[in-house]
Amino acid sequence: MSWFAKLLPSKIRTSSQGKKGVPEGVWSQCPACNAVLYRPELERNQEVCPKCNHHLRIGARKRLEGFLDEGTFIEIAADLEPVDKLKFKDTKKYKDRISTATKKSGEKEALIAARGQLLSMPVTVAAFVYDYIGGSMGAVVGEKFVQAVNTALEYRTPLICFSASGGARMQEALISLMQMAKTSAALKRLSEQGLPFISVLTDPTMGGVSASLAMLGDIVIAEPNALIGFAGPRVIEQTVREVLPEGFQRSEFLLEHGAIDKVVDRREMAETIARMLAKLMRQAEPIVPETTSEPLENIPEPPPGE
Amino acid sequence: MQQNFLDFEQPIAELEAKIEELRLVGNDTELNIHEEIARLEHKSKDLTKSIFSSLSPWQVTKLARHPQRPHTLDYVAAIFTDFDQLHGDRHYADDYAIVGGIARLNDQPVMVIGHEKGRKTNEKVKRNFGMPRPEGYRKALRLMEMAERFRLPIFTFIDTPGAYPGIGAEERNQSEAIAKNLFEMSQMKTPIICTVIGEGGSGGALAVGVGDRVLMLEYSVYSVISPEGCASILWKSAEKAPDAAQAMGLNAANVYKLGLVDQVVSEPLGGAHRDVGQMAQNLKTALTDNLSQLQGLSTEQLLQQRYDRLMAYGQ
Repeated sequence: MSWFAKLLPSKIRTSSQGKKGVPEGVWSQCPACNAVLYRPELERNQEVCPKCNHHLRIGARKRLEGFLDEGTFIEIAADLEPVDKLKFKDTKKYKDRISTATKKSGEKEALIAARGQLLSMPVTVAAFVYDYIGGSMGAVVGEKFVQAVNTALEYRTPLICFSASGGARMQEALISLMQMAKTSAALKRLSEQGLPFISVLTDPTMGGVSASLAMLGDIVIAEPNALIGFAGPRVIEQTVREVLPEGFQRSEFLLEHGAIDKVVDRREMAETIARMLAKLMRQAEPIVPETTSEPLENIPEPPPGE
Repeated sequence: MQQNFLDFEQPIAELEAKIEELRLVGNDTELNIHEEIARLEHKSKDLTKSIFSSLSPWQVTKLARHPQRPHTLDYVAAIFTDFDQLHGDRHYADDYAIVGGIARLNDQPVMVIGHEKGRKTNEKVKRNFGMPRPEGYRKALRLMEMAERFRLPIFTFIDTPGAYPGIGAEERNQSEAIAKNLFEMSQMKTPIICTVIGEGGSGGALAVGVGDRVLMLEYSVYSVISPEGCASILWKSAEKAPDAAQAMGLNAANVYKLGLVDQVVSEPLGGAHRDVGQMAQNLKTALTDNLSQLQGLSTEQLLQQRYDRLMAYGQ
């Protein structure tokens, strides 16, 4: 049963399941405007609320598969798994956190990398898995990112990375910190070879990921209203003992302060990036297929709200 | 100088107090107590050796933050000559949490850059306790690029709790300032030797810490997050900082074991602050040796080796 269904009083729950026969997990609620959303419609809308345009978090694999042309996704370094070199233990063992994260996300690590095509242009892509220990960067994330850079160098493609991360992974201690240097050094090579790097910042992009690969894009794009920064807002508040300004560390705030190039709606991301890359790669304008926007049929009535 | 003892040094402090007392008595009376003083001094030295032979990562953290620990400017004065401090990032401000300039090491012109925490209260405030804002990192980058143009080797000294978590720092893109340094330092065409002299606090430390050699002083620490920060996130209580320090293994010996730094530079008995001259001498020898090894390489070899070691992190 979905969390939303659990919230409903038991009477309503029975009636909505019994009489109307709505299958479980068919409804979601927008965390921003609280609208009750039909899941298939939300998915078709790339997890953007059709009512208020709030960008919900989207799974990394789903994002990349949607971003690349259908059937072109070839994963890079898919088998790499984290190693607990320090035998790190806080209130839980790192080993246990790894197995929980694997179950929760269905992924082996917090980064997925692949090559494929974007509107017929060969590209290399990577995306952080936020459900895997907060998308944190440890040795394997750093290594996979470098392998993505190397793939881009080998096939002479641009690189696009979608970040969603709380920062460096504490359970790998200093090894994690060094991934900031490792990924940045690889990007320097890519840059010297004249291949573009587009960095897309999604909610949230913080700490060691923000302060390395994510801010090194030739072009830096953010999704609307994403939290982006070095230090977390709570740490800043405790340090400066001031109320943070309105919209602090959100995409639009960064745009205003000159930190990023653009804020782009997720539904326009692929086309926007393809058009920019075609120019940077000195290629012809990409041909954008007509999008089908017929409304979904047979949308059932939402469950009664309160 | 009046020594400032840490909690785990209390037995040493008590002995030293007794020695001091006897010395005062010795001055007043005709009694010959030199022998007793010598005996106690010997005992104090043995005790120090024994306590310092098995320090926990948390105890090392306290030493790394010791109020009397030498800072960047102390080492610049003791190791280098003819230092011209250079200021400002040319865009916004001069950040006093990072100092830098041109100097000479054994007569050879070099660039020196480091965090500076400051000593007295007003100086600490002025230097923001060694926590740089973006301007500090941009000043460091400006000086490193200058060093590259004039083919000066770069020495950096790391000693910061971390990059400053402030509103203005975020507005001026702290993340980008750090990232840009990592990016550029990886291919800077001149030797870079980095030394953690005290606290190596996270990205704020690494932003001047990418180089051909990374050294750590024996009682310095280097970590992805402060023990307090780690404890408050993972244990939900900053009081668990000693446990977090232990789990992260942030002291020089542990970091060296992981292969993340190249050399641990020995400190005098009781820590760098007990004998700054000796510490500076040890460090000067290490810096000189490492520089002469690197100067035997062509620029291509230097950059390839630097790249290879960065790629090996975590493998």
